Amino acid sequence: MAKLRKIVYDPLMDNNPITWQILGVCSALAVTTQVSTALVMSLALTIVTCGSNVAISLMRKVIPNKIRMIVELCVIATLVILADQILQAFVYDISKKLSVFVGLIITNCIVMGRAEAYALQNPPFKSFLDGLGNGLGYSIVLILVGGFRELLGSGKLLGYTVLSDQWYTGNTLMLLPPGAFVIIGLMIWFQRTYISKQLREED
Amino acid sequence: MKFILTMHDKVRPLFHKGGKLERLAPLFEAADDFAFTSPTTAQGGAHVRDAVDIKRVMVTVIYALLPCFFFSLWNTGHQYNLVNAVAKVGFVADVMRGAMIVMPIVIVSYAVGGFWEVLFSCVRKHEINEGLLVSGFLFPLILPPTIPLWMVAVGITFGIVIGKEIFGGTGMNVVNPALLSRAFLFFAYAKSMTGNVWIAGPGGATVDAITAATPLGLVSALPEGMTLTDAILQGHISFGRMFLGNMPGSIAETSTLACLIGAAILLITGVASWRIMLASVLGLVSAGLLANWFGDSPMAKLPVQYHLVAGGFAFGMVFMATDPVSAAATPLGKWIYGFLIGVLVIIVRVLNSGFPEGVMLSILFMNLMAPLIDSFVVDAHIKRRAKRA
Repeated sequence: MAKLRKIVYDPLMDNNPITWQILGVCSALAVTTQVSTALVMSLALTIVTCGSNVAISLMRKVIPNKIRMIVELCVIATLVILADQILQAFVYDISKKLSVFVGLIITNCIVMGRAEAYALQNPPFKSFLDGLGNGLGYSIVLILVGGFRELLGSGKLLGYTVLSDQWYTGNTLMLLPPGAFVIIGLMIWFQRTYISKQLREED
Repeated sequence: MKFILTMHDKVRPLFHKGGKLERLAPLFEAADDFAFTSPTTAQGGAHVRDAVDIKRVMVTVIYALLPCFFFSLWNTGHQYNLVNAVAKVGFVADVMRGAMIVMPIVIVSYAVGGFWEVLFSCVRKHEINEGLLVSGFLFPLILPPTIPLWMVAVGITFGIVIGKEIFGGTGMNVVNPALLSRAFLFFAYAKSMTGNVWIAGPGGATVDAITAATPLGLVSALPEGMTLTDAILQGHISFGRMFLGNMPGSIAETSTLACLIGAAILLITGVASWRIMLASVLGLVSAGLLANWFGDSPMAKLPVQYHLVAGGFAFGMVFMATDPVSAAATPLGKWIYGFLIGVLVIIVRVLNSGFPEGVMLSILFMNLMAPLIDSFVVDAHIKRRAKRA
C-alpha cells in the first residue's frame, strides 16, 4: 500500500514532471495566463495520461518492441482527439482559448515519457496510478503558475477581481510567456533550495 | 582618517568567524573597503602590478556618468518648468526642480538595489561588490522622469535579483542588469514607459494645452496629438538640439554631448572598449544608409545623423553596450558585437513601430549572443593557428 501511495505522491513534488524533470514546459508557458484555462488543460492532460498508461499497460505484452513508439502515439493521439472533441462540445469558450495546445498534448513529453518509461513495464493499475500522479503533478504546477500570472497580471483569480485596479497596476509581463518562464524558474529555485534539498544533495 | 581606522579595527573582530555579527560580515567589509583599501592582497607571486581593481573601474564609470547626470538635473527641471507654466524660470530654478524629480528616483534605485545586494551577500557569504554603484545609477538615468517610485523599486529588484544575483552576483550576469530592469518595466508597465511620459508634472500629459505659456517650449510647437517620434521625423526638432539634448526624453539619455564627454573619460582611462563604440556607430550608419536607399516609411527616410543623436543610442553605446561583463570579450568579437547592435537598432526602429526604443532591445539581444560570438572567434583563431602549424 505504501508503495502504491508513493507512485502517486512522488510525482507531485519530489519527482515533479515540470519542476524536477523539466518536461512539458511548453504548454505550461502557453496556457497559464488564467487559472481557468490552466484547470481545463490540467484535467485534459491528467485524463489522457491515465488513459494512455492503462491502455498501453494492457497491451504491453503484445506490442512489438520495434514499433512500440508508433503504437504509443496512436493510443495517445486517439485519446487526445477524444478529449479535444469533448472540450469543444461542452466548454467551447475555453477550448477556443486553449487553441492548438490540447492537440499538442500528443507531443507532450510527460504523456509519452510515462508510457515509455512506466506503462510498458508495469501492470495496468500501477500504470493508472502513475499516470494519475504525473497528471496531478503537472496540474499543481500549472494551476500555481496560472494563479500567479492571473493575480499579478490582471489582479484577478478565476475571473473574480482580487486586487482592485484602483490601486493595483497589472503587470503585463506576466501575461506574456516570458512571465511564466520567470515564475517556473523561481518555483524550481524554491523547490530545489527548500523542499527537495536532500534529493539535490544525492544527485 | 585615523579615527575611522581605529574605529574599524576595534569592531573588526565582531565580524570575523565566530564573532557576534558574523552574518553581517559582507556589510562591514564593504564599508571597510569603501573607506580604505581592500585588506586582502594577492597571496604568492603577484603577476599583474596595477592599482586598478573593480572598485576603481566602477568609480571611473560613475565619474563618466556625471556629465549626463548633471545635464539631466537641468534638463528634466527645464522641461518641467517649460510645460507647467512656472513663473520663475532660470538656471537655478531648473536645476532645483530637476533634482526634486530625479533624486528620489536615484535614491530609491540605490536603496532597493542595495538591500538585495546586501541580502544576497550575507546569505551567500560573498563580498558586496561595487557593481551595484553602476547598475543602481544607470537604471534611474534611463527611465522616464514620470516613473512612479514603486515601479523603480520593482524594476531594480527584478534586475538585481533575476538579472544578476541568481547567476552568482557581479561579474556573472548574462545581460546588463540596469537594461534588464528597464526592459522588465517596459513590458510589464508599458503605459508608464511609452507615450506622454517624457515630461514630469501635470503639464506633461497635456503638453498641447498650454501652448501660449511656453513660447520657447519645444513641445508647444507641436501640433496636437503628435508624438516625439513624429516630431523628430517631421523636423520639428533640429539636429543641434538633439545633439545638445535640451528636449524631453529618458532622464539622462537625451544629451549626446554629455554622453560623448563620458565616452572620452571612459576611453582615456581605458575602462570601456573603443572597438564596441566605434563598431556600433559603423553598424548604425551602414544600416541607416541602406534603410535610406531602400525604405519608404518616414522612419527609414530619416537621415542617418539623426539616428545617431536620437533616443538612447549614444547613452546605450557608451555606458551599456561596453559593460565588460555582458559584452563580447575577444577583440574581433567586440567588432562583430558592436556592429550588430548598430544594425539591430536600425532594424527595430525602422521595421517595428511597436517598439519605439530599439537600443535597449538591441543591446540585450546582443548580450545574449556575445558568448556565441566569442566562441566562434576563438574557434576560428584555433583553426587558423592549427593550419599554420
